[in-house]
Amino acid sequence: MADFTYTLLIPLIPFFTFLLLGLAGHKMKPIMAGLIGTSGLGASAILAYSAAISYFWTGHSAGTPYTSIKAFEIPWLHLTDKLTIHLGVLIDPISVMMLVVITTVSLMVHIYSIGYMKGDTGFSRFFSFLSLFSFSMLGLVLATNIFQMYIFWELVGVSSFLLIGYYYYEKPSAVAASKKAFIVTRFADLGFLIGILMLSFNTGTFDFQTLTDPHGPAIAQAGGAAFMGLSLLTWSLIFIFVGGAGKSAMFPFHIWLPDAMEGPTPVSALIHAATMVVAGVYLVARLFPVFALGAPDALYVVAWIGGFSSLFAAVIACTQTDIKRVLAFSTMSQIGYMMLALGVSGYGGEEGLGFMASNFHLFTHAMFKALLFLGAGAVIHAVHSNEIGDMGNLRKFLPVTHITFLIACLTIAGIPPFSGFFSKDEILVAAFHSNKLLFAIEYLVAGLTAFYMFRLYYGIFWGKNTHYHHTPHEAPKVMTIPLMILAFGSVFAGFLPFHDLVTSDGKGFESAIDWFVAIPSVLIGVVGIVIATILYKKESAMPDRIAGSLKYLHRWAHRKFYIDEVYLFVTRKIIFRYISVPIAWFDRHIVDGTMNGIAGMTVYAAYAVKGLQSGKLHQYAFVFVSGAVILVLIFVYLV
Amino acid sequence: MLNEVMFYLFALVILVFSVMTVITRRILRAAVYLLFVLVSTAGLYFMLSYNFLAAVQLTVYAGGIVVLVIFSILLTSHLSERAAMASMKESLLSALATVAGAALTLMTILRYGFTPNQGADPHYTITDVGTALVSYKRDGYALPFEVVSILLLAAMIGAIVVAKKERTLKK
Amino acid sequence: MIQNIPLSYFLTISTLMFFLGIYGFLTRRNLITMLMSVELILNSVNINFVAFNKYLYPQQLQGHFFILIIIAVAAAEAAVAIAIIINIYRNFKSIDVENVDEMKY
Repeated sequence: MADFTYTLLIPLIPFFTFLLLGLAGHKMKPIMAGLIGTSGLGASAILAYSAAISYFWTGHSAGTPYTSIKAFEIPWLHLTDKLTIHLGVLIDPISVMMLVVITTVSLMVHIYSIGYMKGDTGFSRFFSFLSLFSFSMLGLVLATNIFQMYIFWELVGVSSFLLIGYYYYEKPSAVAASKKAFIVTRFADLGFLIGILMLSFNTGTFDFQTLTDPHGPAIAQAGGAAFMGLSLLTWSLIFIFVGGAGKSAMFPFHIWLPDAMEGPTPVSALIHAATMVVAGVYLVARLFPVFALGAPDALYVVAWIGGFSSLFAAVIACTQTDIKRVLAFSTMSQIGYMMLALGVSGYGGEEGLGFMASNFHLFTHAMFKALLFLGAGAVIHAVHSNEIGDMGNLRKFLPVTHITFLIACLTIAGIPPFSGFFSKDEILVAAFHSNKLLFAIEYLVAGLTAFYMFRLYYGIFWGKNTHYHHTPHEAPKVMTIPLMILAFGSVFAGFLPFHDLVTSDGKGFESAIDWFVAIPSVLIGVVGIVIATILYKKESAMPDRIAGSLKYLHRWAHRKFYIDEVYLFVTRKIIFRYISVPIAWFDRHIVDGTMNGIAGMTVYAAYAVKGLQSGKLHQYAFVFVSGAVILVLIFVYLV
Repeated sequence: MLNEVMFYLFALVILVFSVMTVITRRILRAAVYLLFVLVSTAGLYFMLSYNFLAAVQLTVYAGGIVVLVIFSILLTSHLSERAAMASMKESLLSALATVAGAALTLMTILRYGFTPNQGADPHYTITDVGTALVSYKRDGYALPFEVVSILLLAAMIGAIVVAKKERTLKK
Repeated sequence: MIQNIPLSYFLTISTLMFFLGIYGFLTRRNLITMLMSVELILNSVNINFVAFNKYLYPQQLQGHFFILIIIAVAAAEAAVAIAIIINIYRNFKSIDVENVDEMKY
């Protein structure tokens, strides 16, 4: 078995570039800061690739299961003998896969940002935040225990907050969006924390290896005490999933994701498409044995939340006009797929098809969604607008972007032989064998996905001949090369033998394309594309007519089913008015009143006695003389 | 007989001018009345045949301190100024306290009944006093003498430092 | 010792002078007159020392030297006090104690 201690460097290099750029970045030339950040991430990427190759192939003897390895661990907080928090590096199939995903996408985004952010005032700040994010995300996936994961979980939340609010000085909406993202995810993280406490209290450990051991204490105690018909383990896992749902923008915590698109587009590509938002999927995957063997009910919740979110987001995506928001809802929909795949999966061998499919889709999705976002960034860069209505007929001006965007759209639509086809097919097969209703939903979503992606594609690159103030021009090489690399990844990632590499129990299994599921899924994708082609390839009034005939549905979907309004209603009208206001009153009048009363009494007493300290010499002298006379009287004559 | 008359005269001057000193509203006059009190005290010392003490009283007290006081009065107030006094209520309270204190003390003193020493009075001359002052033998006062001289030096330096204008701080 | 004049006469004069000094100290508002009251008090103590020395211990010189030292101290005190008063006058443009109450509370 190979030595993986060097993987410790993978998160640490971005950390050091973060420190360097954060502390000294403003003194550097912007291009210098960009190069430092990019080269640091490049080094991490090389290490991650070598770790992956050595873990999956060269350092691994064929035919044996993949085991999880603690490459490095130190006790960090030694609180009591039972409660010790470690920091370390855990190497197993999913963490290695995530290393590859994160470093690849992050490196592409770094390179792309050098062109995209050119001339921006906060250039070095941007790169230092990117490094901070990369560090946090890598630390998250390498966590050896759930507490370390929680720490990095919050760190990615903070980096996301900082990067969404990156344009704080010119866009108040960015500030609002960053706060919204932070508060919503933070609220969900409260569930995560409660789940961690419940789980660890029951099992006495934070450690992932112990927790996920099929014969370990977590799963052995699965039967434990029950509350509302579900065991304690189930409840704790549901709470942990709440945290995951918050980060992964699952319904009903999805409201922050569309607003997070206020951040710079490379940030959306990195954080809000490829890496951070799949942290919830990763969390469930990380604890998957506990879910599958100890609490199938919790897994059922995961499946339905995932399935519902994917449908919900897909419907909304069909009506949005801001290209980044379409992509945001698409991301939410695809993550719903992954959650659903995990939810319908079993543990071990063929049963674990959903687990494998979920990670497979995570991998391919990271590639093609990052590509879509970076492509959208190139478009926005060219036309200086996010609105689909301001675009049209751009294929002549942006040839490279056009081709790569088309590849990404075909990939997400599940057209063979692009990678999305393989991963989505595996998910549909897993759903088909588990739950026919969920399968039907996903089948519908596959069609919707193809439809709204091609609506977007035609809206940008075909459609009406928009008149532009400045002729749009293709992005510089530094931006198009990452697009091409990611397009390459999107095309060929599907041929990776995931069923041998990333499985629920580390053992590979045979998996072939199930044509009985695959052919209809391709067909519905094609149907979606065809409908989009008819409606949007040429400018026509038909989309508006259809929207008009589906008046209410369209309006509801366009307003995102009023979930934001519901949240506002609940927070403003109910929580603020009936909980916060009385609590504030209590705080202001009772708590502050007590304190003010004590202070007031002290002041009053002080005023009462301060006359004694008048500063008037003759008063002091008078008191002194009369006191002396009285004392003499008492001690000489009276006593 | 003459001695008695002289004593009563001095006593009267001391008491009257003490009262005048503390109640007059004119500061400069208060200083002059104080001078009379001090001179009369020196007279009492003479009557007790403490000539050296009387001389010191005249030169240091009457000559030095009163002149210093008069200088500072002239420096800090106008001649036409009337010194502010305490309010009626405060004056009455102060008078009450002092009268009570005086009554208490006098009662104590007068009830005690001192018995005068009937021994011989050696009538020390100035030479005897001077010799004792610088003598370091038994009944010599060389150490207090030195201590007081150091105190005077310190007071002199202190007075100069305190009264000096602080040029740097003023600006 | 003075013929027909008992010690208590001296003590009475000194006591009255002492309390007159205290009265002056309590009622005066001008720092210089307060200083003069203090001189009165010191002087009354001197009379006491002299009288006790003469009437009770005529062979010794303790009272004598006490007075000398008190006079020296009084001179020093007057010098320092007047220096302070002049300084106060410079800062407050007045030597009235009622104006010098910055340190109160």
